[in-house]
Amino acid sequence: MLDILDKYDVLGAFWMTIKLTVFSAIGALVIGTILAVMRVAPVAILRRLGAFYVNTVRNTPLTLILVFCSLGLLYILQVNLTDPKSPTSIVDNNIRWAIVGLAAYHAAFVCEALRSGVNTVPLGQAEAARSIGLTFTQSLREVILPQAFRGSIAPLGSVLIALTKNTTVASIIGVAEASGLMKEIIENETASFGVFFIFALGFVILTLPVGILFTSLSRRLAVKR
Amino acid sequence: MKSRGLGAVAAAAALALTLAACGSSSGGGGSASGGGSGLKIGIKFDQPGMGLKKGSDYTGMDVDVAKYIAKQLGTSEGDITWVQAPSAQRETLIQTGQVDMVVATYSITDARKEKVSFAGPYFIAGQDLLIRSDDSSITGPDSLDGKKLCSVKGSTSAQKVKDKYPGVQLQEFGTYSECLPALATGGVDALTTDDTILAGYASQPEFKGKFKVVGKPFSTENYGVGIKKGDTALCTKVTDAIKKMISDGSWQKAIDNNLGPAGYKPGQGNPPTPAACS
Repeated sequence: MLDILDKYDVLGAFWMTIKLTVFSAIGALVIGTILAVMRVAPVAILRRLGAFYVNTVRNTPLTLILVFCSLGLLYILQVNLTDPKSPTSIVDNNIRWAIVGLAAYHAAFVCEALRSGVNTVPLGQAEAARSIGLTFTQSLREVILPQAFRGSIAPLGSVLIALTKNTTVASIIGVAEASGLMKEIIENETASFGVFFIFALGFVILTLPVGILFTSLSRRLAVKR
Repeated sequence: MKSRGLGAVAAAAALALTLAACGSSSGGGGSASGGGSGLKIGIKFDQPGMGLKKGSDYTGMDVDVAKYIAKQLGTSEGDITWVQAPSAQRETLIQTGQVDMVVATYSITDARKEKVSFAGPYFIAGQDLLIRSDDSSITGPDSLDGKKLCSVKGSTSAQKVKDKYPGVQLQEFGTYSECLPALATGGVDALTTDDTILAGYASQPEFKGKFKVVGKPFSTENYGVGIKKGDTALCTKVTDAIKKMISDGSWQKAIDNNLGPAGYKPGQGNPPTPAACS
């Protein structure tokens, strides 16, 4: 088992998994927050657009989204996210498209987690905010969203853990992350329990602290009512 | 109440998935390996020219070899149970007895020999390149510098390109089928893997005339029949069947039928001499 760690760059592959996770998580949080605001906005068309995005993306398999990004957008429509002439264009394009796809997919889940957080804020507070003259944007920024974020920490943690594990799908468009390396090792050394164990352990090491952190954060930061 | 109902549905779906995962590979009951009635053979289901499932029909070079071997072992075609054997699962399928043999573009390697035994080789393939028919800039592995290649994530062919040709960019997908549209649009310049697989794709009606195989193999893959480790009796029977298939012309016929339409000619060393069983 140790010779596998010696022969292959397991840490490098997990480093790619971490990079994918961090950048996709930031993207998903930004897009997801915008979507959540759209879904609670007083403008009907925004609400409908937000709902349409969430329902479409959430019900599409991630594999399909990533293959669409790579094969559909990059190779057939030739939308490059980097200079196509550069000597590392394939690797760069793949990583960037994987991040875009992962962020777009998980934004739908972030949006729903935030919306559940919005629901923890009593309706009276929104009414009170409007009655003292705050606009929709102001009441959202000063009253609703800060409480909504604190109320949705636990579900956001679940989304982050799911995102960490879902980065494995990026190997099908050629990103050199952990599960891709696992396929390579199985091809060369044939499947064995040790190989599975190393990679399962790697993911547990990544996700378990995240789970513990978010649980304790949600306990400490939740608004006591 | 509603959320409880949803939970029950989710649990049922999860259960159904696990059951389906188990169910797909079982089938038939403990038939003894070799001879007797009924034979479970692992093949690829998704490789045109080698092992392809279309509806309830199976076609390809591997399928023809498997049928011939089965006939020599006294099993009629109707008694063969075809089992899908994806690359990563081939050793496990043999070791756990879910299949009696695997005929699925199975290269004989030392690492694999530690887990299973091989009869054969019945065919010698080599890594080659599939390019657009109007592309004249690629003539072999030496003209690849600066080109973009496509292969399957983790495959031996992909690793060889990365190690041996550092000037080449490599796009890796989950399956070869995804490389073809990228090759057609010019996003990549060539698809690389065993020439048999490439010839299979080039022979498919929808790609006829669009792609061509370069025909300068730069590796040797010995395709063997994978069987349970140490089963010398079965190995000898399978080896005899392969020898007979080569000598009575069925071997050449199988190649012409499955890989011929792309103008494919078997590379050097074919037909091979199967190794003795140990």
